[in-house]
Amino acid sequence: MKTFGYDLHLHSCLSPCADNDMTVHNIAGMAYLNGLSLIALTDHNSTANCRAFLHACACRGISGIPGMELTTAEEIHVVALFRSLAAAEACGNDLRAYRTLIENRADIFGEQLILDDEDRVVGQERHLLSNATTLSYEEAFAFCRSYDAVVYPAHVDRQSNGVIGILGSIPPFPDFSCLECRDDAVALQVSEETGHALLRLINSDAHVLWDISDDSITMTVPSADPKEPADRCFFETVGKL
Amino acid sequence: MTAGELCGRLPARPLCLPDPDVEIEGVYAGDLLSWVMGRAQAGQLWLTIMTNVNVPAVALLTGVSAVLICEGCAVDEEALAAAKQKGINLLVTDLPVYEAACSVFRLLS
Repeated sequence: MKTFGYDLHLHSCLSPCADNDMTVHNIAGMAYLNGLSLIALTDHNSTANCRAFLHACACRGISGIPGMELTTAEEIHVVALFRSLAAAEACGNDLRAYRTLIENRADIFGEQLILDDEDRVVGQERHLLSNATTLSYEEAFAFCRSYDAVVYPAHVDRQSNGVIGILGSIPPFPDFSCLECRDDAVALQVSEETGHALLRLINSDAHVLWDISDDSITMTVPSADPKEPADRCFFETVGKL
Repeated sequence: MTAGELCGRLPARPLCLPDPDVEIEGVYAGDLLSWVMGRAQAGQLWLTIMTNVNVPAVALLTGVSAVLICEGCAVDEEALAAAKQKGINLLVTDLPVYEAACSVFRLLS
């Protein structure tokens, strides 16, 4: 068994609503200081900062997962975690066809900064990232899973953009192996009601550096090899659920 | 009819009314913010039950004259602070959306 601190829902300065100080190196640095072993970058409807993020994680010697927080047509937030950068980037690129392209107003929604490996701003996403795509809740799961992603509904116990808040309950399909809640009691209840074998996650959904989780929140996963990287342990575990 | 006049005639209370003299030019009702973002027209009164921090942002983007929160939904502090900062007229009524829309229609006719 292996137990480690994690945070699998983080926004970089690419997300309009996130602080511009959420650069990839600042995120990895804060996660390192907080004692985390595994973190994921999940910007709204884009994976454009994942490459730089993985580089920053490698610099700190922590495991990074390239991810995305997709907004469905019903405005439900769904987290997708990818097994490779290539899969993440392909999914992010292909999602463009399903986005509603509204010019971002940085003065209203915030800037959407794209970074290179050294935290330098190399571009801005022109269209607003956080608004709904044309993919339904069910279609969003299928779409991300076609890139072999682990997909689960985000902040299930939050009224805005949570699946229960919007649909009234969790639909029986699609199923999922992970569940993200702020309150573990809610996660436990959902897990029992849906009958899925779930890995219950408590993620920060941090938009500012000080909201990133510390190592008081951990996951325990089976692992024969103590040197096995945390991201691989995670994917092996959720793949079996 | 202005936003301030509407507030007095509907059973509605102003949470934030920086521009009471703005003229109300029609109504748009909707809760999916992405949907509202592309459809509400400047000058309209926007009826919704959504109360999160993105509501003032969408109101500013679309240029609606005021937001009328229906069903007496509680507006969180972050959203209210954003409305004040962005100069958005934010009103609350206990009426359901349909009844609020009917009342506004009668007042505007």
